[in-house]
Amino acid sequence: MKNAFIGSAIERREDLRFLRGRGEYVDDLKPDGLLYAVILRSSVAHGRIVSIDVSAALKIPGVHAVITAKDMPGGAPIVPMRLQPLPEFKPFEQPVIAHDKVRYVGEPLAVVIADSVAIGEDALEAIEIQIESLPAVADWHVAKRDQNLLFEGPGTNRSLTFNAVRGDADAAFVNAPYVRRETFRTGRHYGLTMEPRGVMAQWDAAKGLLTVSGAAKVPFFNRRILAKQIGLPEDSIEMIENDVGGGFGARGEFYPEDFLIPFAARQLNRPVKWIEDRRENLMAMNHAREAEVDVELACERDGTILALRGHAHVDMGAYMRTNGAVGARNIAQFMAGPYRIPNVKLDVSLWMTNKTPVGTYRGPGRFETDFFRERLLDLVAQDLGIDRVEFRRKNLVARSEMPYQIATISPYLHEDEYDSGDYQATLDRCLKEIGWSEKAKLAGRLIDGHYHGIAVGCFIEGGGAGPKETARLEINDDGSISVYIGSSAVGQGVETVFAQIAADALEIPLDRIRWVHHGSTTYVSDGYGAYHSRSVVMGGSALLDAANNFKAALSEEAAKRLGCDASEITIDEDKVSGAGKSLPLAAFAGLTREGAFLNKKHTYSYGAQAAHVAVDAKIGKVDILDYVVVQDAGRIINPLTLRGQVIGSLVQGLGGAFLENLVYDEQGQLLTGSLADYLLPTASDFPRLRAIVMDEHPSPINPLGAKGAGEGGMVGAGGVIANAVANALQSFNPDLRELPLTPTRVWEMTQKKA
Amino acid sequence: MPTNFEVNGKPVSVTVEARTTLADCLRHHLRLTGTHVGCEHGVCGACTVIVDGYAVRSCLMLTAQAEGTKVTTVEGLSNDEALTPLQASFRKHHALQCGFCTPGMITTAHALLSEEPDCDADRVRDVLSGNLCRCTGYISIVEAVLDARSAYKKPA
Repeated sequence: MKNAFIGSAIERREDLRFLRGRGEYVDDLKPDGLLYAVILRSSVAHGRIVSIDVSAALKIPGVHAVITAKDMPGGAPIVPMRLQPLPEFKPFEQPVIAHDKVRYVGEPLAVVIADSVAIGEDALEAIEIQIESLPAVADWHVAKRDQNLLFEGPGTNRSLTFNAVRGDADAAFVNAPYVRRETFRTGRHYGLTMEPRGVMAQWDAAKGLLTVSGAAKVPFFNRRILAKQIGLPEDSIEMIENDVGGGFGARGEFYPEDFLIPFAARQLNRPVKWIEDRRENLMAMNHAREAEVDVELACERDGTILALRGHAHVDMGAYMRTNGAVGARNIAQFMAGPYRIPNVKLDVSLWMTNKTPVGTYRGPGRFETDFFRERLLDLVAQDLGIDRVEFRRKNLVARSEMPYQIATISPYLHEDEYDSGDYQATLDRCLKEIGWSEKAKLAGRLIDGHYHGIAVGCFIEGGGAGPKETARLEINDDGSISVYIGSSAVGQGVETVFAQIAADALEIPLDRIRWVHHGSTTYVSDGYGAYHSRSVVMGGSALLDAANNFKAALSEEAAKRLGCDASEITIDEDKVSGAGKSLPLAAFAGLTREGAFLNKKHTYSYGAQAAHVAVDAKIGKVDILDYVVVQDAGRIINPLTLRGQVIGSLVQGLGGAFLENLVYDEQGQLLTGSLADYLLPTASDFPRLRAIVMDEHPSPINPLGAKGAGEGGMVGAGGVIANAVANALQSFNPDLRELPLTPTRVWEMTQKKA
Repeated sequence: MPTNFEVNGKPVSVTVEARTTLADCLRHHLRLTGTHVGCEHGVCGACTVIVDGYAVRSCLMLTAQAEGTKVTTVEGLSNDEALTPLQASFRKHHALQCGFCTPGMITTAHALLSEEPDCDADRVRDVLSGNLCRCTGYISIVEAVLDARSAYKKPA
C-alpha cells in the first residue's frame, strides 16, 4: 500500500487521554512512602549569607530533613551550561543552592523534606536566616557601572560580548547617503508553562538505581549533568518523561531543583517529590527577552540596504544558566532577518543583574530582534518616502541567493546559512490574504473613535538543531509496531506526527503503530530532545533511518523463514509475504532496529505576518481586527498541528507585544509575582487570527524536507504590532520604541499631538 | 470530622486537614488527578470542576465547603467507549496541545453549554476568558465549543 499520512490533518492520539483527564503529569505520581520537598528561597536580591539556622524547623513533627549547602560533601555542585559553554561564562554559573551569597529573589537556600507540602511550608517559616544585604544591581544600566559586582572573581558584571560580523559595516557607513540610528527596548518575559515544574526522585539502594520523573526537553543531557554532580554512572540514572504541560524553551532545562530533589531522595532513601507553585515559578523558572539596542541602518536613497551596525545589551539575571546565552547570540546573528544586508556589525553584551536568570523562551532573541529591525525598517521607509512593502521586497534575500550566508558569530566563530525558500512568495501571499491594497487606505484614519493601522513584516525561524537524534522500531507481541524516539514531548503532538512518519515509511496503516514512546532515557541509546524546533526535523529523519534498517532486518529474517530472497519480501498491514507464503508480523515479535540522523546545519522556515489594528485613543486599547501569518515549513507533516503551533506561538508573541512584563523594583524585588500581575492573553483578547501554512520549498538538508516551525508565529508579532499601532497613531507622531504596548503606553502616545 | 459529598455520581466521605482545598482533596486523597492545579490563586482555571451545576475553581474552595454538594470532574464527563461530543469537538479542532488546561476547559465549557446551548461566540470567549491556555492561542478552543453546541440542545 502507498500511504500519505504525512501531509494529512490527522487528529492527535494524545488527545484521547488528555480529554478524559487521564494524562499523567509528574504531580499525578504518588508512590508509597512519598515525601514532599518545599524550597526556602531568598527574599533578598543581593546579599551575603551570615547564617541559616534550621534547628527549629527540624523539631516540627512530620519534618524529615532540612538540606542546605552544608549537607553537600564537596560543596554545592554547579549547573553547567548546555549551549555555548564558553570558558568566559564559567565564573557566572549557578550553584544548585546558595552558600556564600544570594544573587536573586527566589534563589534556593534550603530544602525542607516533610510528610506533606503543608507541613513543609510550615517549616519554612521556622528557618532562621541572616543575610547581610548588598546594593542590588537591578538592571543592566546599573550593572554596566561595575560599582557593585555580583561576582568578585571576574571583576565585572559583563559575562561576555558576542560579535556578529558580515562584510565591513564601518566602511559601508562612511559613505552611506542615508543613515538612521535608533534605540529600542523589549520587556522581560518568560515561557510560563501551565503546568508548573516538578521533579520526583526515587532511590533504589539495592539496585543502585536513581529514577527521576518529571524529566522534559533534554533528559539525556540532564542525566549527564546529574550523574556527574551526584557521583553516579549515567546508566544508574533513569530520567522518566511523563506528560509535560508545556515547554516553550523554559521547561526541562537543568535547574537547581533537578539536583536538589534526587539528592534528597538518595539521602533519605525515600521517594521525594517537589512541585513548584506559581509564585515560585515566576521567580525560579528562566526569564527571557529583556534587551535594549542602539542600532543604525545605512541605505541608498532608493532603499537598498547597505549596512546594519549596533550594540545590544541583554539583562541576563544573576547567573549564566544552561541555555542562557542563546537569546543574546541570536539577537546578534539574526537582526538582519530575511533581508539581504551585505555588511553587518553587531555587538551584544550580556550583563549580570540581581534578577532571576534568563534562558530561552520560544523564538529566543528573534522576537526581540524582529521588533528592533521591523520597527527600524518602517521608520527608514517613512524617512526615505518609500513604500514599506516595496522597501522590504527590494531587500529580501532572493530564492536564487540560497543557500544564503549570514553573519558569523564570535567568540566561537559560528557560521550559518539559510537553507532554502522564496521569501517574496510568502510576503505576496500574506499581502493578498490581509487585503493590503484596500486596507492600506485606512492607515491613520479615525473611524468611530478608533484609529486604524496596518503593518507587515517578514521573518525567518531557525530550527532543527543537531548534532544527532536516535529512533528505534520494534515489533510488539501482537504484531503491532512501537516507535521509540530520543525526541521529547512538550505538548506539541509528537506521538501523532511520529506515528504518521513511521506508518508512511513502513507503508502500513496508522493504527498498526501502536505506541510512540519518547523522551525517557530508557528507550533509545542516546537522545537529544526537544528544543530549537528540532523534533520533526531530527527525530523524524532518524525515524526514516530506523525504518530502513528495520525493513532490511525484517526482510532478511522473513526471507530465511519463508525460503526466498530478501528482495522478494513485502510487508503488508500485519503480515510479511514472500515466495507465495506469508507469516504474521507477530511471528517476528521483539525484532527491533535503531536508526539515527546526524546534521549540523539548521533549517530556516520563513514567512510574513500582517496586522490590521484599531486603536481606541481614549483608553489606549488596541483591537486586532485581522492578523495573518503565512509560514512555509518546507514539508508539512500534519497541517492541524502545524497551524496549532503557528497560532499558539503567535498568541504568545501578542502577549509579549501587549501584556507580559516581569517588573522589578530598584531593590531587585519582583513586583509581578502572580498571574494577576503577570498578564497572559485570554480567550477574549485576540479572537481574529489566521495561520496559512505552506510547504513549497523543502529543506535540502534532511530527508523529510521538513523545517522547524514551532516558533515563527511568535517571532514576528512584536514588530508587526508595533508598526501597526504606530501606523494607526501616525497623526500623533508616536515615540514607539518599547514593548509591551500596555494601554498606558499607548494612551501616552496619543497625548502629544504632532 | 469527615466531609460527605458526591463526586461523579458516587458518595464520598473524606477526612482531611481543615486547610485542604477541594483541588488537593480530589487529586491527592480521591486520586482523581484529571483536575489540574496551575496557579493556586484562582486565575488560571485549570482546576475548574462543576459543583451543583456551577463551574468552580477547586483551588479556591475548601474541602469542607463541599459538604452535601454534587461535584463533577473531567473524569465524570468521560467514558471509556467514545469521546463525548464536546471532547470529540476539541479533538477535531485541535483545541488542546499539552493537555494541562484541558480538563478546566472541558468542565467550564460543559457547564456553559448545559445552561446556554445557544450561546454565541462572544459569550463563549467571555466565559472561557477565565481559563488560561498557553499552547493553543484559544481560537481552536472557541471553535470547538461552538461546534459542540448542537449536542447540548434539548430536542424541541
